[in-house]
Amino acid sequence: MASVRFLPSGDTAVVVEFGDRIDHDLNAQVLRLAALVRTQRIPGVVETLPTFRSLLVHYDPLVTNSAGVRAAIEGLLHSSRVAAAPARTWRIPACYDGSHAPDLEDVAKRTGLNVDEIIRLHSSTRFHVYMVGFSPGFPYMGDLPAALVLPRRTDPRVRVPAGSIAIATSMTAIYPVESPGGWHLIGATPVRLFAAHWARPALLSPGDKVCFEPVGPPEFDAIRAAVAANRYEVPCEAIEA
Amino acid sequence: MKPALNIMAPGVHTTAQGAKRIGYQDIGVPGSGPLDPVSFRLANALVGNAGDTAAFELLLQGPTCEVLADAIRVALVGCSAGLEVRSERARVVPAGQSVRLTRGEVFRIGPLGDSACAYLAIEGGFDVAPVLGSVSTYVRGVIGGFEGRRLQKGDVVPLRLAGAEVRAESALPRALDPGLEQPVRVVLGPQADYFTDEAVKTFLSSVYTVSPQSDRMGFRLDGPPLAHAKGYNIVSDGVMPGSIQVPGSGQPIVLMADHQTTGGYPKIATVVSADLPLVGRRRPGRPIRFVSIEVREAERHRKEQEAAIRHEIDALHTVAHAE
Repeated sequence: MASVRFLPSGDTAVVVEFGDRIDHDLNAQVLRLAALVRTQRIPGVVETLPTFRSLLVHYDPLVTNSAGVRAAIEGLLHSSRVAAAPARTWRIPACYDGSHAPDLEDVAKRTGLNVDEIIRLHSSTRFHVYMVGFSPGFPYMGDLPAALVLPRRTDPRVRVPAGSIAIATSMTAIYPVESPGGWHLIGATPVRLFAAHWARPALLSPGDKVCFEPVGPPEFDAIRAAVAANRYEVPCEAIEA
Repeated sequence: MKPALNIMAPGVHTTAQGAKRIGYQDIGVPGSGPLDPVSFRLANALVGNAGDTAAFELLLQGPTCEVLADAIRVALVGCSAGLEVRSERARVVPAGQSVRLTRGEVFRIGPLGDSACAYLAIEGGFDVAPVLGSVSTYVRGVIGGFEGRRLQKGDVVPLRLAGAEVRAESALPRALDPGLEQPVRVVLGPQADYFTDEAVKTFLSSVYTVSPQSDRMGFRLDGPPLAHAKGYNIVSDGVMPGSIQVPGSGQPIVLMADHQTTGGYPKIATVVSADLPLVGRRRPGRPIRFVSIEVREAERHRKEQEAAIRHEIDALHTVAHAE
């Protein structure tokens, strides 16, 4: 833990920074601290926000202060307590058919791979959910096989359809709702990623794993109909801590 | 018939805002709530509400509403404009004072004047269900408030209280100072080291202008560009209301209540919580300059502000109601 830095973020939050890279071990440390803070209930700490490589700890300055929060966090960092949020592996249906994948041909051109090879690489990787951000339920998942790593599009789209499966840099993601976006769209899923009335409103949590299961357009339509009728559950299994 | 307000004209951007939405930032949902929590709380106090009861947040120009209830009590805080009542007893009720209105009366709040935002509190609040623990509207996520969006003409917003009782009305002891010329205090960081020393100096010595491309997600500023020392991309990190991120253009953006939860631009500084209302009140075109303080001072300022708000609420005047 020698490299942990506490950075100021105004008078209502502290950044606990574990590093400045995208890295499984760093992210595991972030998620461990998030789980510890959740279970230890530090007075005045309101909530935390885990990212790739840091934990933003929000506090109420009328109840505690930056120095107090920092001392409490340091205590947790040095404790041997084990904490982990329950994580799951999800099998998310993905349709890579051209009708759902407007950028697949372009990605093939840019990477020099053929479309089948792109689909095989993407659907055979078990992705790690590093964080959820950008918009409600939007998962940042990695790491893409090196052959699929591309910069973002130079001309971001004003509207990316909900359910779009996208890649950019070393990450893949799913757009939960229609929004602007600059990632390459290589497929789509018929499942919902976010619903405010669910007990846990986001399907995916930081620390979860995701595998994409290729489906054709007819199966995509069938699952979408089942989702609309609340008759579909995304297959998942718990991960042993 | 359920007590309600009929929205005859919605204003520019009118939403229900109340307590912050807490506990969902880790899945991408910001806290939302009022841009100016001070005016918001004072408006609620004037009508006798708990401080975090949902009120209408008005941006730039207010709505025109018809009272569809036996009687309501409302109060407007945060602007120089008053509440124009159109009925047989046409009158203008100044901001900072409560008023009881009866069925069929129409009231209008015009251009807000110098301030960008103001709050219209109503006794008892709106009868809208909380979403994810809060009634605050997050428009981009279509979450909370009235159907998750800003008000439109023809909306009928249900109220909790059918008939506000006749009683003496309340007024603020003095007009709220919107602090439109005051410097905005910041704590440098978390990524001030991503900027040249010169850029930090420029940031703290220049006058920026609030851009028309500002909204509840963020206030964009125009002014001298800030040079990055280590590039303008960071591995995404958490952001919050008051975070001042600087993208490649070098023009700072102050993130506000409906901010994205994570961001990939370095943040030169963070506006202290006591001064966030000073930013929220500044209209496009208004100047803004920053001064740097330490976290400990910022925490003290927030406590002092809290004491001042409580003092203000304890000192509310009673005004005789003129029937």
